[in-house]
Amino acid sequence: MKPAAFDYACPDNVGEALTILAERGAGARICAGGQSLGAMMNLRLMSPEVLIDIAGLDELKSIAMTGGAIEVGAAVTQAELLAWPDLAKTQPLLAWMLPWVGHYQTRQRGTICGSLAHGDPSSELPLALAVLEGEVLLASRRGRRVVAAKDFQLGMMATDIADDEMVVAARFPTAQVGAVSAFHEIAQRHGDFAIVAVAAVGNRNSVRLGVGGVADSPGVIELKWPVNNDQLNDFAWSLGGADDQHATARYRRELVRRIGRRVVDEVRDALS
Amino acid sequence: MRYLEAGKRHAVRFTLNGELVEGEAEPRLLLSDFLRQTLGAYGTHVGCEHGSCGACTIRVDGKAVRACLLYAVQMQDRAVTTVEGLAAPDGLNALQAALQKHHGLQCGFCTPGILMSLEQLLEEEPGADEARIRDVLSGHICRCTGYHGIVQAAVEVFGEVFGKR
Repeated sequence: MKPAAFDYACPDNVGEALTILAERGAGARICAGGQSLGAMMNLRLMSPEVLIDIAGLDELKSIAMTGGAIEVGAAVTQAELLAWPDLAKTQPLLAWMLPWVGHYQTRQRGTICGSLAHGDPSSELPLALAVLEGEVLLASRRGRRVVAAKDFQLGMMATDIADDEMVVAARFPTAQVGAVSAFHEIAQRHGDFAIVAVAAVGNRNSVRLGVGGVADSPGVIELKWPVNNDQLNDFAWSLGGADDQHATARYRRELVRRIGRRVVDEVRDALS
Repeated sequence: MRYLEAGKRHAVRFTLNGELVEGEAEPRLLLSDFLRQTLGAYGTHVGCEHGSCGACTIRVDGKAVRACLLYAVQMQDRAVTTVEGLAAPDGLNALQAALQKHHGLQCGFCTPGILMSLEQLLEEEPGADEARIRDVLSGHICRCTGYHGIVQAAVEVFGEVFGKR
């Protein structure tokens, strides 16, 4: 339950962090809050050669409105975004989902971008990014690039981040006029990883439904109104899913059908 | 840039409960182990060591965080508060006294962590209701009390503090 030995680097700016990443590649690991990474290192599931601590970098600490999106820097904690006064007004789905991310104590250090980079299939922030069709901003010594949510998470704890790259920010589109969202999650205990989490964003034409906890990455489907149970059943089967110590694949499909129905109906009712 | 090599000990200095403390730590040394083994501050308990149980919760610059998910070297120039910093030498603070009154502990293993979380909540959200208190306590595992006495104690103290404002 102690991490293996590692070098600890505390860069003064993003440029220095990128230089270490370029030099050390896959042996280096960015640490922002370390609430997932630290646990995995204690369990020896990960043993980076060098840990690059970016938690103190001021240039990564901003929450800003840019081009119809909330841009969240890589050092912004989940607690800081939750306390951001404009959150419920600009993107209510995030305001609902954030209290489900970890616990009060882990949200104080855990970051938004760190959760995305970690890419756990049952965590809420990758699901939020997928359903809202957000983007991730990556940087390396080679330059910067923007990756859409659907291209960012490639599988279970696998993302499009190259060995010499780091996440510098994430962009969550703001709620559009007339749009409504809903979210529900089933976990063994509030704050634990979701067995199934369902988020939806809808308008008068259609509803976009996202599911976390079943497939290796968040599954998203766009459905025209009215949405019937057969569509939800087909979606549940399309996600695959497997038996594990928390739940069977069959139980998860049932949750997708039932929570999916509830979330879709909440959006429909709020629109009418 | 501060760059600390693996396998070597590096000087670390921060304030613990208002007093300056110093020691040496390899980068991999957990803050929870540094507090207990290097500084001899045994009030912070170590349970799961992967951030789940909440026993090692302390406050860093006022924020309740897991000491097992931090490294001692990250505490340079920070302000750390542990359960030892809560009460005057001759007594208990309000939350501690309320936990005693309501039988909010039996073995006491989870208690230091729970106190540190509730202290932050009390400072920042003294109007927190029972549901909010239970939400914050969900980050702690207690196997003795069934949580009821802990919640009762917190509700009582929050009510008194909020009433005085």
